[in-house]
Amino acid sequence: MPSFFHCPCGIAGPSARISFAILLCVPLINLMDLMNPLIRRIAAVSLAGLLLGALAVHSQTPSAGPAAASTTTPPNGQNAATGRAALNIVVLDPAHGGTDPGARGSAGIREADIVLELTAQVRHGLESQGFQILQTRSSNENPSFDDRSALANSQTGAIFVSLHVSSTGLSGTVRVYTMPEMPLPPTTGGLIPWDQAQASYLPLSRKLGDAVQGELTQRFKGSPMNVQSAYVRQLRTTAAPAIVVELSSVAMEDKTDLDRMLPGVADAIVRGVVTFRPSYVTPGVPGTAPGAKP
Amino acid sequence: MNPKWRLGIAIGLVVIVLAAAIYFPILKRRVKRQAQVQQKSEEQARLELVQSLNAASNEPKIKAKLFWAADAQYSDLVANTVELPLSNDPVLRSKQVLNTLLAGPVDSELRTLPPEAALLAFYILPDGTAVADFSEAMANSVPSGVQSEQLAVDSITRTLEANVPQVRRLRILIHGQAVETLAGHLDLTGTFPVSTKLVPPSSAPAGIPTTK
Repeated sequence: MPSFFHCPCGIAGPSARISFAILLCVPLINLMDLMNPLIRRIAAVSLAGLLLGALAVHSQTPSAGPAAASTTTPPNGQNAATGRAALNIVVLDPAHGGTDPGARGSAGIREADIVLELTAQVRHGLESQGFQILQTRSSNENPSFDDRSALANSQTGAIFVSLHVSSTGLSGTVRVYTMPEMPLPPTTGGLIPWDQAQASYLPLSRKLGDAVQGELTQRFKGSPMNVQSAYVRQLRTTAAPAIVVELSSVAMEDKTDLDRMLPGVADAIVRGVVTFRPSYVTPGVPGTAPGAKP
Repeated sequence: MNPKWRLGIAIGLVVIVLAAAIYFPILKRRVKRQAQVQQKSEEQARLELVQSLNAASNEPKIKAKLFWAADAQYSDLVANTVELPLSNDPVLRSKQVLNTLLAGPVDSELRTLPPEAALLAFYILPDGTAVADFSEAMANSVPSGVQSEQLAVDSITRTLEANVPQVRRLRILIHGQAVETLAGHLDLTGTFPVSTKLVPPSSAPAGIPTTK
């Protein structure tokens, strides 16, 4: 859909849109008084057709395309019509950093540095799809596990993608992890215990993981077909669909081999997230479990 | 300043410097001695485990299943059958199989646990929760990464599951302390299921801290 048809002020609802269109027409009609009758008639017909077309496209596809989605939903990601959150925020987590370099290879490759480069590429790809990106770190610092989770937990309509490089595994492969099965914690007043925050989101995390792993397996032969399970500390306290993407490995002799993987990994993550987007259905209240009454 | 005061302060400073010069070498020696004692305690732990193996050598040999890496890429675990004189006591039996697991397979590339790691203590609580206390080498020397850390823990839990049916879940400590992760990734704040079929539904789930 051409961007011309987007309401620049984020106006929602047909009556509001019509009022906005009439307001726009007033100065144009005044201009028409200066034209000769034939040109005036042609201009009036064209204007009417254009307005009708714009209104029809608006009412038929309220969220077609990322740009439209970002204008028809409030900044907190909650859809006004349904009361449910739409996925429009991706929290990217370049693991480690600061005094923690993560995995280190004999050739001097540091996990903390590689994941920061990968984050920049994933960010670029997701932003071009209209997602809002938040990063747990953007320089050589090391926020705590809880601080990283808190960034995602305070958003509505967000997913969490943690990026890692292993020291083991078949070089040139990529694996996606989610938490193993966790029993649903008792919710008190719609609140989830911090230590078990991921439990309610596991089915969505697996869907997201499968979507991303599917894309990665197509590009990186030898990668697993499905998402794997692992008790990753970072995932447990994250109240959002959350995955770990781990590349193999820092053991590569030449850093350029790992660098060459990054664009493909970034593209696969972007495609996986875009594929997953329609599956994202969760109440639009931060901290409430999917399926729970808002 | 009064000259008397000045002299007093100067003398005081000289005394402090002399005391420090005498005390620092003593302190250095003490720290060295302490480090040696700590090393000894880890060695003692290993020795105790070997002794416990020897003590049970009069037991009939049983085919134990030990889980090491299937290949050098750590793609999965594979069961290896080893004949061991295993004790009937579940704690001693657990120590025996874990000590053999730590000793590693013939092919060192298939190890899942660092060779320098030692099992310092092992006990089983009445509810079937086992607590395994490993030396710091377990956390410092295991390859960092989700895959390698999960494989290390899986090799322990699956070995216990195959050989010690009394163990239902496992808590891992490092040098007597509860730590957040194994080597930066894997969650050690909770328990790992060992015999999942036997775990009662009310028990604490894996990955969720039971104490804080």
